[in-house]
Amino acid sequence: MASSFARILSGNRKVGILSLVGAGSLTVGFFLNREQHVSAGSSVRRIYPPSAEYPDLRKHNNCMASHLTPAVYAKLCDKSTPNGYTLDEAIQTGVDNPGHPFIKTVGMVAGDEESYEVFADIFNPVIKERHNGYDPCNMKHPTDLDSSKIRGGMFDEKYVLSSRVRTGRSIRGLSLPPACTRAERREVERVVVDALAGLKGDLTGKYYSLTVMTEQEQQQLIDDHFLFDKPVSPLLTCAGMARDWPDARGIWHNNEKTFLVWINEEDHTRVISMEKGGNMRRVFERFCKGLQEVERLIQEKGWEFMWNERLGYILTCPSNLGTGLRAGVHVNLPRLSKDPRFSKILDNLRLQKRGTGGVDTAAVGSTFDISNLDRLGQSEVQLVQTVIDGVNYLIECERKLEKGQDIKIPAPISQFK
Amino acid sequence: MTKNCNNDYKMKFAVDEEFPDLSQHNNHMSKVLTKDIYNKLRSKSTPSGFTLDDCIQTGVDNPGHPFIMTVGCVAGDEESYEAFKELFDPVISDRHGGYKPTDKHLTDLNWENLKGGDDLDPNYVLSSRVRTGRSIKGFTLPPHNSRGERRAVEKLSIEALNSLDGEFKGKYYPLKDMTDKEQEQLIADHFLFDKPVSPLLLAAGMARDWSDGRGIWHNDNKTFLVWVNEEDHLRVISMQKGGNMKEVFKRFCVGLQKIEDVFKKHNHGFMWNEHLGFILTCPSNLGTGLRGGVHVKLPKLSTHAKFEEILTRLRLQKRGTGGVDTASVGGVFDISNADRLGSSEVQQVQLVVDGVKLMVEMEKKLEKGESIDDMIPAQK
Repeated sequence: MASSFARILSGNRKVGILSLVGAGSLTVGFFLNREQHVSAGSSVRRIYPPSAEYPDLRKHNNCMASHLTPAVYAKLCDKSTPNGYTLDEAIQTGVDNPGHPFIKTVGMVAGDEESYEVFADIFNPVIKERHNGYDPCNMKHPTDLDSSKIRGGMFDEKYVLSSRVRTGRSIRGLSLPPACTRAERREVERVVVDALAGLKGDLTGKYYSLTVMTEQEQQQLIDDHFLFDKPVSPLLTCAGMARDWPDARGIWHNNEKTFLVWINEEDHTRVISMEKGGNMRRVFERFCKGLQEVERLIQEKGWEFMWNERLGYILTCPSNLGTGLRAGVHVNLPRLSKDPRFSKILDNLRLQKRGTGGVDTAAVGSTFDISNLDRLGQSEVQLVQTVIDGVNYLIECERKLEKGQDIKIPAPISQFK
Repeated sequence: MTKNCNNDYKMKFAVDEEFPDLSQHNNHMSKVLTKDIYNKLRSKSTPSGFTLDDCIQTGVDNPGHPFIMTVGCVAGDEESYEAFKELFDPVISDRHGGYKPTDKHLTDLNWENLKGGDDLDPNYVLSSRVRTGRSIKGFTLPPHNSRGERRAVEKLSIEALNSLDGEFKGKYYPLKDMTDKEQEQLIADHFLFDKPVSPLLLAAGMARDWSDGRGIWHNDNKTFLVWVNEEDHLRVISMQKGGNMKEVFKRFCVGLQKIEDVFKKHNHGFMWNEHLGFILTCPSNLGTGLRGGVHVKLPKLSTHAKFEEILTRLRLQKRGTGGVDTASVGGVFDISNADRLGSSEVQQVQLVVDGVKLMVEMEKKLEKGESIDDMIPAQK
């Protein structure tokens, strides 16, 4: 591969090999020191003192605003990552979007892997708050994609209409969507599409670039509910993730339409395994197999995913760190959903409900999207098991209510196993 | 000199990989920006750290419209127009009727040089308005400025505006802490500006940190209004009901002069040079940055076959009464000068005054069922 990337990132290939050998945090350290750019003041225009630049967060309700004190701002505002990403850029989305009194958004993003290190003084408390107490300073995140450990996972299809698992993956060495250049974004596309082309068997599929999609292809993807469009949420647009749309964006899916990858939307990749019906076990098996295959294929070319033992898989939004995993079902719960104990039951099972349109949508009828609450501090296997056990419990409650029996609020399950 | 680490990093990637895909685009920037020009300019940045990619982001993100040519690039500071002249000179030429890099722009804010303009028929001319923009030297522009800079511009502006007296005495309303009551009044007066929603502005980064450092100032008489830190550092507006454009223009010129004097005292005069006139964020507003116009009732003339041609010959443009990109309501049009660069303020307002006077006479003729064929003007 004679592209400029091959020459530039040859350093990264060594990094890739080191990480295979298991030198997790050493790799990150090696990576940080490869450029001597992490210095105070080099890329930030400092005519005014930090106090004159500190954002007005009095009306704000997001995690960033809760933790970005003037002292933390002053400490970090002159720093930049090796690629030149700054604190002001990381927090811009949270400054521009004050938030909602009931829904606390995160309010900041990472522009590259190093952001989480260089701006750790703000990211760490934000991560701790968002992930229900997971402390990046002294805890380790377990990664486990061995689907054979799953118990059960075949739901009663009288209630469960569909099953889905999604996550994201970032390609180490390339900046993330808020900061990536056009060249980097195109390289992400090349690396991932190249790897996906190597998938075989039930994972054989095809890539549809957003820039050259035909009308017919577009309509089919809409009908399949696969197509993603230019982000309209100001949370994303203020973070710069829609720049240069639709350059280097696309959708890949297997012929069976059960494994889907989004390229260069909010993350380098979003990976989705889904099926109609209640076979969550098979959905998760395909998910793990597909992810591991893709990882193997990119490693053959000297690339790897962004990962470390402190934060797990590195993604753009701190809310998706760790597993980045949301495993869920569309489930019909006409009686349980009207029971006043429904929310408490979900809380104790560490599940969350959404409408069937996804985040920030309302339920249609009594069909809900039920998924895991947590992302960081538990492994993929643990979280999917939590969903399986939890949804089974909900179905049991629904059955009991059908028969006129009473239900119980379960004891709260422990968060960090 | 600000080192732009991100741009240095970007220089490691080949020009072929970084050059934007403009194949679907229709704006002035996309018509001008070749890979050669991109290659030549991509390593540069202005002293404040603004780069070519920063200039063109809005044009890359907004491919444009088959019928309406947007500009597709902005300046981040005064130096942008010089540092990226290989891009801006041809864009300026395309947008401003062939204006050449060697041309000089005439500034004339002597309201006394305006002939007539105090007698437009108020039965037809409902209101008169002149607006322009001003940038404060020494600060970067809305696509690029930091919170500290924006606040400093606001602070200086408040000082300048609060020093005004007589017919100019007024009050500043910061957007950030506005009461509901103040907000309702400003909306009722048609003064309030809101967070931009146009993707043209958003993609250029002009809405960052909203509403920090933004506000509206107006005089007690509600005839002189200044927007602070919207699309430009300052937008200055003089307006009143009726057809006395001369009075509107006089107030405009006098007010601008008073404000400029205060800024100059602080060694932060207005950005201006003899080639481009007043420097503003969007190349379309260079020169005078002036839009002088009226809301005028032309129900018959506007449906006449030659209406568009008459406007073109008079060097005027029409808009709906909601401003740019709106439709006319009830035969009432917003008629204003089409030019900004290459003619002076007095010249542009003169065209409006003379042109509107002629069109009102045409309207009256058409009302009587008479022909206007002998009144069609030559190209100005």
